[in-house]
Amino acid sequence: MVTLRINGDEMSLDDVDPTTPLLWVLRDHLGLTGTKFGCGMGQCGSCTIHLDGRATRCCVLPIRDIDGMSVTTIEGLSEDDDHPLQEAWVEAGVPQCGYCQVGQLMSAAALLADNDEPSDDDIDRAMSGNLCRCGTYTRIRSAIHAAARAMR
Amino acid sequence: MTTTSIDPAPQGVMNVSRRGFLGGLVGAGSFVLGASWPLASARAASVNEAFAPNVFLAIAPSGVVTIIAHRSEMGTGIRTSLPMVVADELGALWERVTIEQAPGDRSFGSQNTDGSRSIRRFYDVMRVAGASARNMLERAAAARWNVAHTECTTRGHEVVHESTNRTLPFGDLVADAIALDPPAAEDLRYRTRSELNYVGKGVPITDGQDIVTGRATFGIDATLPGMKYASIERPPVLGGTVRAYDATATLAVPGVERVIELSSSTAPHAFKPLGGLAVIGTSTWATLRGRQALEVEWDDGANASYSSETYDAALLASAQAGGRVVRDEGDVDAAFADATRTVEANYELPLLSHAPMEPPCALARVTDDLCEVWAPTQNPQTAQDMLAGEFGLSRDQVVVHVTLLGGGFGRKSKADFVVEAARLAREVGAPVKVTWTREDDVRHDYYHAVSALSMKAALNGDDDVTALRMSTAFPSISTTFDPTARHGSDGELGQGFSDVPFAVPNIRVENGEARGHVRIGWLRSVANIYHAFGVSTFVDELAAARGRDPFEHWLSMLGTDRDLALGDFYSNYGEPLERYPYDIKRLRAVGQLAADRAEWGRDLPRGRGLGFAAHRSFLASVAVVAEVDVTQDGQLTIPRIDMAVDCGLAVHPDRVRSQMEGAAVFGAGVALAGEITAKDGRIEQSNFHDYKIPRIYEAPQDVRVHLVESGELPGGVGEPGVPPIAPAICNAVFAATGKRIRRLPLARHDLSWS
Repeated sequence: MVTLRINGDEMSLDDVDPTTPLLWVLRDHLGLTGTKFGCGMGQCGSCTIHLDGRATRCCVLPIRDIDGMSVTTIEGLSEDDDHPLQEAWVEAGVPQCGYCQVGQLMSAAALLADNDEPSDDDIDRAMSGNLCRCGTYTRIRSAIHAAARAMR
Repeated sequence: MTTTSIDPAPQGVMNVSRRGFLGGLVGAGSFVLGASWPLASARAASVNEAFAPNVFLAIAPSGVVTIIAHRSEMGTGIRTSLPMVVADELGALWERVTIEQAPGDRSFGSQNTDGSRSIRRFYDVMRVAGASARNMLERAAAARWNVAHTECTTRGHEVVHESTNRTLPFGDLVADAIALDPPAAEDLRYRTRSELNYVGKGVPITDGQDIVTGRATFGIDATLPGMKYASIERPPVLGGTVRAYDATATLAVPGVERVIELSSSTAPHAFKPLGGLAVIGTSTWATLRGRQALEVEWDDGANASYSSETYDAALLASAQAGGRVVRDEGDVDAAFADATRTVEANYELPLLSHAPMEPPCALARVTDDLCEVWAPTQNPQTAQDMLAGEFGLSRDQVVVHVTLLGGGFGRKSKADFVVEAARLAREVGAPVKVTWTREDDVRHDYYHAVSALSMKAALNGDDDVTALRMSTAFPSISTTFDPTARHGSDGELGQGFSDVPFAVPNIRVENGEARGHVRIGWLRSVANIYHAFGVSTFVDELAAARGRDPFEHWLSMLGTDRDLALGDFYSNYGEPLERYPYDIKRLRAVGQLAADRAEWGRDLPRGRGLGFAAHRSFLASVAVVAEVDVTQDGQLTIPRIDMAVDCGLAVHPDRVRSQMEGAAVFGAGVALAGEITAKDGRIEQSNFHDYKIPRIYEAPQDVRVHLVESGELPGGVGEPGVPPIAPAICNAVFAATGKRIRRLPLARHDLSWS
C-alpha cells in the first residue's frame, strides 16, 4: 500500500494499482483534474507537480516509487488562489487555451522558490520542459519576472 | 476613425422571456432576448421558418446579465470577446456579466469555430442584441419617469436620464422589459466608438482565473458517475482492418473489463471513427496497460503503399507539370519565350500534425432516446448530426456539451473522437470516456497537407519581371471526403496562391494532381502555410537575383495601390470582394510598418540577418520581419519577430496581440522542425520527442506586435499571423548565411557557415 501526502493531506492509496503513474491517481482516483495529460512520456510538462518541492513530471512516475513523499498540485499551490504567479499570469493575460498553464505555473513556482531574481536564461532553463502549443512563451517569461518582483 | 457600420439593417430580434429558452441557464423571471442572423438574406430565410435566435442575452431581476457564448473557446478568447461586444452595447458592467456556453444547436447559427470568422460573422449580431436590449430597458425606464425614451441612455448597469440625473438599475426594470416588444431596426441606435468602454480596449478573459487555479474544465476533465474509461488501438494504416487479435493478456490486466472491436472506417473517411480495438476499463491506466498487452494482426489495405520518400518526389514532379490552370493573365508562354533570363525554384513542405496540448477526447452517455456527450469540439453541430444518424435519434435527442478546448488548430472540428465515445457508451451500457494518447494523436491526425510548389519568373532585357508561372500540388482536403479528388479546391488554391498580389503583366497559376493516403484536414491557416512559403521565399530569391533589397523589391512588386481584381475562381474566404476587397494599399502599409518598427536595413554582424514576408489571409494582412542568429556551427535562434497587423477593427486588441504572438511560435514550429512522414502507410512520428514543437528557448524570444489602428470591418485574427512567419525566418537565414531554404523544416539543413 502506498501512502502519499497530497496538498498537505495524508492519503492511503490501498485500492490503486501501484504501477499507476501519479498523474492518473490524481486525475482518475482523487478527482484532482487540474494536473493535465499531454504526452505520457515526460516530454511536455502538462503534468508538472511538486514532489518534495521539486518540479516533477508525474505522467511517468509510478506511485510505488514515491511512497511516503509529499506532492503539491495546482489545487494546493496557494491558499486563496493568490500565489504571485497566479496573479501575474492573470495580470499579463498569459493563458490562451489554458491547458498547459497549470504545468507552466508549477514549474515557475519551483523556480521562484529557489531563485527570487531569475534571468531570462534561468527562466528558459527552468521552463524548457513545458510545451505550449498556443505559443504563450513571451508572456510566461514576463509574468515570471513580474511575480519575482512581487515576491521580493 | 470611422465606426464600423451595421450592414444591412438588423432583423429578427425577439423578446423570448416567456418562451422557456435557455432552460436552466438563467433564473425564472429573467428578461431574455434572442437575435437572429442580421446579415445575409439567404441565411435569414431559414430563420423565418421558425424563430431560431442565435444569440441569447438574459437579465435577471438581480441585475446579473447572462450572455450565451455559442462559439468554441480554444484559446482565441472568443468566449470573452463576443459577449463583451453585447455587454458594451448594452451598457452592462463586465463584473456583473456571466457567460454560459451553448450546447450544439442550430438555433445559435453556425457554431463551426474555424476559418477565423467568429468576430467577422458575429460582431454585428452581438451589437444588435446589445443595442436592442438597451433600447427596451431605456423604454421601460422612460415609462416610469414619463419622459421620452430617446432622452435616456445606459451606463454602468443602469438606465440614466441625463437631464434630471435619475437612474434605475437594470435589475429593477426586468419585469417591465419582459412586456415590451423589441425595437424596430430603424429605432436602434449604436454606440459610437467614443461611447464604447470595452470594444477596442478589451477585458480580462473570462476563464483566466479558472485556468490558473486548475478549475477550468476541458474535455479531458469531464466525468460522470459510473463512467468507464476507453483507450483504442486504431489501424496503423488508414482503412486497415483487424485480421486477428488476442486479448487474453489484456483481459488479465487488473481493471480491464472488456475489449470491443470497432468496425474500420472506409473511404471516404470524412469525420468517421477509424475503428480498431477498444480496451474498456475502470481507470485510464488500466486501459493503457491493457492496450500494451494486446496482440493484433492488421490487414493494412491499399494505403500500405504510401511512403513519403516516393510520394514526395512524385508530388514535386506533379507541381512542375502543373495541369489545371486556375488563373491565366496575359501570355505567359510568350513572355518566357522572349525572356532575357529566368529565375526558377521549387519548394517542398511536409505533412504536419496539429498536436493540441489536449489530445482528442470525449465523454458520452447513451440511452434509447438520449445521447449526451461532453467534448472539446470546434463544431458541435456536426457531432450532433453524426450522433443522430448513428443512433437514429432526432437532433433534440442529442445533446453536445461544449467544454473548453485544450487547443484546437482545426483538429477538433472533426467529430471522429466524439462518435467513438458514443459508440462505446452505447455498447457498454455505461458512460464512457475516450482519451487519445499523444501517440494516437500524432499517428491518426487529419494532417496538414504535404506540398510542392514550382515557381518561375521571366525577366526582360531591363531586368523587369514580365511573367510568373506558379504551380502548386498537394493532396486536397477534398480527398478526405471524396477519394477520387485529385485537385485542390478553389478555397485552398485561393489561400495565398491564385490571389498572388504582384503587378506582373503575365501570370499563370496552375495546380498539379495529388492523391490522398492519410486523412487530410485543415490546420491553422491551412493552404496559406505552403503558399505563403513558396511565394514569399521566391520573391526574396527574385530580389537576390536582381540585386535588390528584399523589402524594397517586394514593395515594387506590389505595383500601384488598387483593389486586386480577381475572377470567379477566388472565394475570398466566403466574403464578397466589394465588402472585403483585396486592398494593395493596406498590404503595403503593413509591410512598411513592419519594416519601420523592425528598423529594416540595420547593420548586423555575420550570422545574423533580417528576413521579410507579408501575406493577406482570412481578410487580414500581416507583415513580418524576422531576425535570426545562426552560429558558425549552425545553431539557429530567433531573437526577435516584428509583426505588423491590419485586421480591421481590433475588437479585443490584447487577444489580437496574443493570437499574433502565438502565431509567431506556431509558424516558427513550421519552420524549425515540424515534419510528419509515412512509411508503408504508417506515420513514423509518435510523440513530442520526434514531432517537435518549439520550446521556450527555441521560440522567437521577443515578439513585437504592431496593430494598425483601423475602423474597417473586422477580419480574421486566429490564423493570419501564421503564414508569413516561416518564410520570414528562412529569408532571414539566407540574409545571415547565404543558405537558401527550399525545403522545410530547417532541422533537415546544415546551417553552419565559415
